[in-house]
Amino acid sequence: MSVSLRVLDDGAWVSVNDAREVSVSELWRLDAPAFCGCDLPDFVVENVLSVGADGRTVSAKVYGQCIACGETGTPGWVPVGRLSDGEFTDIARERVVLPVRNDS
Amino acid sequence: MPTDVERWKSEVYGNEIREHLFRFAEEGWDAIPDDERDAWFERFKWWGLYHQRNGQESYFMLRIGTPNGRLEPEQLRVVGEVAKEYATGPGTNPIFGDAYADFTTRQSIQLHWIKLEDVPDLFETLEANGLSAQQACGDSWRNIVGNPMAGDDAAEIIDAWPVIKELNETFKGNDDHSNLPRKWKVSVAGSADGSGQGDINDLALEPAYKEIDGERTVGFNVRVGGGLARNEERFARDIDVWVAPEDTAAVAGGLSALFRDYGDRENRYNARIKFLVDEWGPEKIRETLQSEYVDFELETAGEDVRDQYTYNAGGDGRNDLLGVHKQKDGKNFVGLNVLVGRMGADDVIELADLAETYGSGAARLTQRQNVIIPDIPDEKLDDFLAEDLLEHYSPDPSPFMRGSVACTGTEFCSLSIVETKNRQVRFARWLKENVELPSGVDAFHIHLSGCTASCAQPQIADVSLRGMKTRKNGDPVEALDIGLGGGLGEEPQFARWVTQRVPVDEVPGAIKNLLANFDDQSDEGETFREFVQRHDDDELAELVEPEETSYEDPMMHNTKRTWYPYAEEDSLDAGPAPTRADGTPITSGD
Repeated sequence: MSVSLRVLDDGAWVSVNDAREVSVSELWRLDAPAFCGCDLPDFVVENVLSVGADGRTVSAKVYGQCIACGETGTPGWVPVGRLSDGEFTDIARERVVLPVRNDS
Repeated sequence: MPTDVERWKSEVYGNEIREHLFRFAEEGWDAIPDDERDAWFERFKWWGLYHQRNGQESYFMLRIGTPNGRLEPEQLRVVGEVAKEYATGPGTNPIFGDAYADFTTRQSIQLHWIKLEDVPDLFETLEANGLSAQQACGDSWRNIVGNPMAGDDAAEIIDAWPVIKELNETFKGNDDHSNLPRKWKVSVAGSADGSGQGDINDLALEPAYKEIDGERTVGFNVRVGGGLARNEERFARDIDVWVAPEDTAAVAGGLSALFRDYGDRENRYNARIKFLVDEWGPEKIRETLQSEYVDFELETAGEDVRDQYTYNAGGDGRNDLLGVHKQKDGKNFVGLNVLVGRMGADDVIELADLAETYGSGAARLTQRQNVIIPDIPDEKLDDFLAEDLLEHYSPDPSPFMRGSVACTGTEFCSLSIVETKNRQVRFARWLKENVELPSGVDAFHIHLSGCTASCAQPQIADVSLRGMKTRKNGDPVEALDIGLGGGLGEEPQFARWVTQRVPVDEVPGAIKNLLANFDDQSDEGETFREFVQRHDDDELAELVEPEETSYEDPMMHNTKRTWYPYAEEDSLDAGPAPTRADGTPITSGD
């Protein structure tokens, strides 16, 4: 089943099958040791740059900053949800630690 | 690979969107196929309609482009009337009520809670009265800005209005320029005060003198590639071209065609001409314009008047267009403060009445989100100034009211990180009651933008506020980055971000302490901007001392996670959207 994944409105959100699913301004706790010196960066999402799927996992590349140390940038691919039978299921992004992949 | 947006644009874009828009309006919200929504919402922008944020599905923001902020007699009334009739929704703003119009930093008008089904009637009313939403958003020529008093302002050296009118008529609905890689923002000004704010536009035409055939002729110098968005601020670059008024359409059209042909269509983040100017340099822009897009010899730049620029420059002279000013014809124009640019629909209509009674019925919108009533003769001026409505929309407000600019924010915008307009109103009111500006300082601009898109133009304010998040006592709260010392003028300057992630309830205290430190430590006659310039970032950070005060902020929580931040039950799933034309919810079983 094909699923459309897009970033729209100047990087304001991720669209999955023409529905707005992930928005900027969320606070994510990342497992991203390469991003900054913080143990688990407390990361505010300012812009979504791209979105993709790896198997059932939908991941996004985002720009933002760690609100603890101020480091800004793009930490890598962050899982934002899962696909099942073409349907998107949210990860509770603001309540779990999100593991970051650094491949391009 | 072309982006989805480019693919959608290649299928349907420009004027032809209208027939689809009207078809959907007739058939209703559900007529838009589920798998085409992203495409149609992207296209609708070209006709001024922007789908409101998550939680407000089926409601749109409508932007009406008013070239140069110029509202002819009766048009202000029409704006008030359509706001009253169409711009109401399920959410009530606690400060502004149910129906209002927003005057923007690009001299346009924005209405919210617009239903798709109302668009044909709304457009019919607007167009019957000479107003339009065409190209108000989308990838094309946007609303042209300038000094809204062009043609009447005693301070101008050339009337820019005929040029703006010609450009608007030439490039609105023009198929050759309707599908650009991204937006194209143009400023044309003929006044010597810098009120066109050309430096922050993709294309700026600024007044300049040139010796032509032995005669000193007034025309425009051309600058290209300004803009504020995405932490990529640029001032427009001088491409060493002067253009006569009669040739502006050829040069401006040549430059937008150059952008159309050479702009980046593969990466929307790189798709502004500022990046092409970065890559090519101003010389190559000029050479390409000359060799490929105009069929006459370009003149080199003329003698500009930038040394006379005062608008938003932080020094003496006109920093805005508020107050009473003389027109060329001896009448007066009166600039009125519309705090954060938002005006209730009933007030808009009442102001239209006053404009008719005391002036010609015309009105003007400024780039500082204010409104001007022109054409008031001396003998009517005192009575106009004594009108009750002007107690609220004052020609001489507190500097904190006068200097406030705010974008739309999380109330409606997808991109914003924080709530803005109501917050800036609360900031301004608190500062007015609790803070005194140092003597001699009568202009102090505070711009609040919800994110790095910079719609409130934060980088060109004395105090720049930009939406962010932080934690306070362990809880996530809305916060603001604080920048200092921005402004325009002969030597424009972007604000320097000196203090990050200040919890919103500590920002008024930070501004209060900053001003006290400025008062203590500034040299005799030193402007705030000069004061900022002679300190480094660390020193400035020391002068900003965030602090809780009597100011209370009811919107500390994540306003983006609400369907409407001011609703009693505000959770995302508590809102009624999407709704039918009459506002009743469409449930998934429908």
